[in-house]
Amino acid sequence: MVWTDTIYQYDGTFDGFLCCVYESYVNKEFPIAFDGDGEWIFSLCPVRTVNTVSEHARRIYLSLTKRSPLAPQIIRKGFLTCLADKEQHLYALIRKLYEEGASVLRNRGDPVFYPVAKAIRHLDGELEKLRGFIRFSDLNGILGAEIEPKNRVLPLLRGHFCSRYANESFFIYDRTHRELLLYAKGKSRLIPVDSFEMANPCKEEYLYRNLWKKFYDTIAIRERNNSRCQNTQMPKRYRGTMTEFQPESYFTPPESPAALQGPSAPGGIPAPGKPSESLPSAPG
Amino acid sequence: MDLLEKLAILSDAAKYDAACTSSGARRGYEPGKIGNTSSSIAGCCHSFSADGRCITLLKVLMTNCCAFDCQYCINRRSNDVRRTAFTPKELAELTIGFYRRNYIEGLFLSSGVLRNPDYTTELMIRSLRILREEYRFNGYIHAKAIPGTSPELTYQLGLLADRMSVNIELPSEAGLQKLAPDKTKSAILRPMGLIRDKVQENKAELVKYKHTPRFAPAGQSTQLIVGATRDSDRHILNLTQSLYDKYRLKRVFYSAYVPVVESSLLPALDTKPPLLREHRLYQADWLLRFYGFRAEELLTKQQPDFNTALDPKCNWAISHLEQFPVEIMRADYEMLLRVPGIGPVGAKRILSARRTDTLTYENLKRLGVVLKRAQYFITCGGKMREGLRFTPETMLAQLEAMERGLLPPHEAQQLSLFDAVG
Repeated sequence: MVWTDTIYQYDGTFDGFLCCVYESYVNKEFPIAFDGDGEWIFSLCPVRTVNTVSEHARRIYLSLTKRSPLAPQIIRKGFLTCLADKEQHLYALIRKLYEEGASVLRNRGDPVFYPVAKAIRHLDGELEKLRGFIRFSDLNGILGAEIEPKNRVLPLLRGHFCSRYANESFFIYDRTHRELLLYAKGKSRLIPVDSFEMANPCKEEYLYRNLWKKFYDTIAIRERNNSRCQNTQMPKRYRGTMTEFQPESYFTPPESPAALQGPSAPGGIPAPGKPSESLPSAPG
Repeated sequence: MDLLEKLAILSDAAKYDAACTSSGARRGYEPGKIGNTSSSIAGCCHSFSADGRCITLLKVLMTNCCAFDCQYCINRRSNDVRRTAFTPKELAELTIGFYRRNYIEGLFLSSGVLRNPDYTTELMIRSLRILREEYRFNGYIHAKAIPGTSPELTYQLGLLADRMSVNIELPSEAGLQKLAPDKTKSAILRPMGLIRDKVQENKAELVKYKHTPRFAPAGQSTQLIVGATRDSDRHILNLTQSLYDKYRLKRVFYSAYVPVVESSLLPALDTKPPLLREHRLYQADWLLRFYGFRAEELLTKQQPDFNTALDPKCNWAISHLEQFPVEIMRADYEMLLRVPGIGPVGAKRILSARRTDTLTYENLKRLGVVLKRAQYFITCGGKMREGLRFTPETMLAQLEAMERGLLPPHEAQQLSLFDAVG
């Protein structure tokens, strides 16, 4: 029997995506496009709106686990990457998993698996870097940080930072995906937010910013200067939110209330979507 | 003197120490404490300084006052620099302040010798104790064992730290006598042996008693200065090999000598640090630790120094052409690792992928093999790569030409009209 080409609309969540897989097998439809962010796709194909049913998502999840214990983790991570048309790539991978079994995941060179594996590697790289490059500011006892990642890393950073700062209260805001990770007293939550303003830091914070900047500048050995190596290890796109690369105003406490900067741009961090001109973003 | 000034002086004095890793210890969250150690095996880099080196720990000296007079060292007693010291409390507060903001992964504490080694070590122990017990710090600590300290104190220090290190600095005894008259080979090797034995004892105890206090769980490391004395690469690499074998070191670091003090016994002040040589030594070091090579294989009496124009692995392969080409579909893991352009990750992927698929050159690329190097040394399904033309004689020139583009401009040699074209 021929599978009909269909466009799938879903709510953009991982469970929602698994339900799409479920519906596609139930109705014998081949999803030629996925629409998870409410943007209308114009086409002559029929459109199916998929409702997220956790029972269906669970069934697909368990069936993946049966094919290979690695599969759910790979599909879940793949869903967090910034791969273009990730749903289609993941759908193709799931189909191949059902048809051929776990062997596809053992061969990284497989044409269906490779794009997903490559995207996951990109995600893992970003994750590894951000574990170190995230900078918190002390906002009167609460630690706050902002990041601008390409992939949706917050769900994966959660465990690391919740264990590291178990006795603190902290938040991390993801500017790209407008998501906020909140943690206090052993509980963490991940919530989407529309707008976000960082409060002004306390006095002591400026002291530590200065100490860190001093340390950062001193520790480099002048005779060994190597900006090519530095740029490879720390691409410029990360530097917008890192303390040591902020302009001078970031290091001096505002003297009068009038000198306070606008709420959306705390102390010189460029507002989302407006990269500062002195820091060109890295290619790629 | 305020904290900012102290930090500037004491981090400036510590920066010539190359060791800055946070690997080897895995500790999750513990109730009532702040911090964990990195979940990844490679540790965690928090920034990269202008010289491209990773910053992962707050690298400072307890004090830069020193009773020793080592010629190569910026803190030697006869050098006229400003001297200061952290109080244990200051240091602990600074570390926690940086750690909370995710600036660092932990503390790297070294020190000049104030009064005598025992007194200095006691000062370091007091700081670490405040950090661990009062501030409940659960992150990474790297502590230097000062040569000449009594064993009991070194042991105490190791109970507070994750990793310990004793710097050998000068790779030969002659160099040591000439440039570091206050140190002796035995004074350096004694704490190293002690740390090795205690780590082993501790491992055995941990099997019996779960709550035994842990002694330096991330092992120990050391540093060798390259270029301050006339020791050959072969000498340095053989020393490295025996350090890994005999003292079970986790890492040996190399530090290209940066002339910081004028001395008739040392290279002149305008000498450039031998960065490329340092780089080649690190490459060889990786071959020893992860690729199953031995120091004797890489350098011989006839060739005591590394070829600067070619990396050590290519260099080895070129002089052992009788073992190549290697058939990708059949070679074992150990042999795959010896092919230039294939590393541990690539080799494992090949083993896994060839169970289900016949590999092609296109596949190999996707598996992360660096074909521009590997192509000269492999066959895929019995075939050489299409379009590749070379003879054993032109191979060296072809590989060198490729490598030239990867070197920093001032290290690369000027192209000559008479170079063989690849």
